[in-house]
Amino acid sequence: MLSLNKFSHQDVIYMKKRTQLIPAFRAAFPYTVPILAGFLFLGIAYGIFMNSLGFSAIYPILMSLTIFAGSMEFIAANLLLVAFNPINALFLTLMVNARHLFYGISMLDKYRGTGKKKLYLIFGLCDESFSINCTVDVPKDVDKGWFMFFVTMLNHCYWVIGAAIGGIFGSFVKFNTEGLDFVMTALFVVIFIEQWMKEKNHHSALAGLGLSAVCLIIFGGSNFIIPAMFAILGLLSLLRKPLEKVEVRTI
Amino acid sequence: MTMTLTQQIITIAMVVLGTMLTRFLPFIVFPSGKPTPKYVQYLGKMLPSAVIGLLIIYCLKDVSLQSGSHGIPEFIGVAVVALLHVWKKMMLLSIAGGTIVYMMLIQLVF
Repeated sequence: MLSLNKFSHQDVIYMKKRTQLIPAFRAAFPYTVPILAGFLFLGIAYGIFMNSLGFSAIYPILMSLTIFAGSMEFIAANLLLVAFNPINALFLTLMVNARHLFYGISMLDKYRGTGKKKLYLIFGLCDESFSINCTVDVPKDVDKGWFMFFVTMLNHCYWVIGAAIGGIFGSFVKFNTEGLDFVMTALFVVIFIEQWMKEKNHHSALAGLGLSAVCLIIFGGSNFIIPAMFAILGLLSLLRKPLEKVEVRTI
Repeated sequence: MTMTLTQQIITIAMVVLGTMLTRFLPFIVFPSGKPTPKYVQYLGKMLPSAVIGLLIIYCLKDVSLQSGSHGIPEFIGVAVVALLHVWKKMMLLSIAGGTIVYMMLIQLVF
């Protein structure tokens, strides 16, 4: 059938995409501003760190681009300096990053129906992208998939740019940034409070905070995450029956 | 450097593989085409709050209560963020306010 419209089908698709993209970007950017500060700082610190170990700037740039998991990249730098042991590197990474499993389980539903973007969304599921994409209520007129895409992509950009600046200009940065990494802590505290005000019961929030703190005291800073994850999983499983009963009763 | 370039690339590739495994595994085990088990759906609903609690503790894992500044600057910083946020509910203000207070505390006071 001939179309009398001035615009071809392709044009319409293109325009529809454009009208989705800009509002999604505008909605996403403000949420990433604290991460801009945090990641530029941490990225620069990482670049300087790599520089101090004798690696050229290309290392922090490529590693921040491909690994995109902050704490693991610092550990990876050390792995490059000890004896070659790829299996050890793999298992250490699985241990340090095991918390991502929880992010994935939490995002199974939210990432549904995001099309090809889903692969990138999963690739970029770092602590900060997770905490924003998981908790923000995206405005109704904004495309959810593109919103989450831009949050992830902006975070990724900040991190790589930071690492590049640190790697290239590392030795010239000279102002007192001591304590700036607290922005990440502050971000998670804010998101925790936002969640707290939204939820009907606080069992899960309190379990996460309490059990992690207890595990930190028992197992120490470098070993507490996996026991904490098991403890959280155990308690949430025990709470399932009583919590679901409460839900049924309130309905 | 003790490693050759190839060994370095393999080591980095292992770290990438490990990271991607932890991120992709849930989506591979529970593909969107099939119904997700009720228990996993329940976990998906309950975990976010717990994990963000875990992340806060993770950020504070290197704070020592026995030595140094005894975690006082961190405690005050978190309190400022929380109070600002409950009071004004402006994300950027809470984060910037708490971070500036924290930086001043550790640079000038402790």
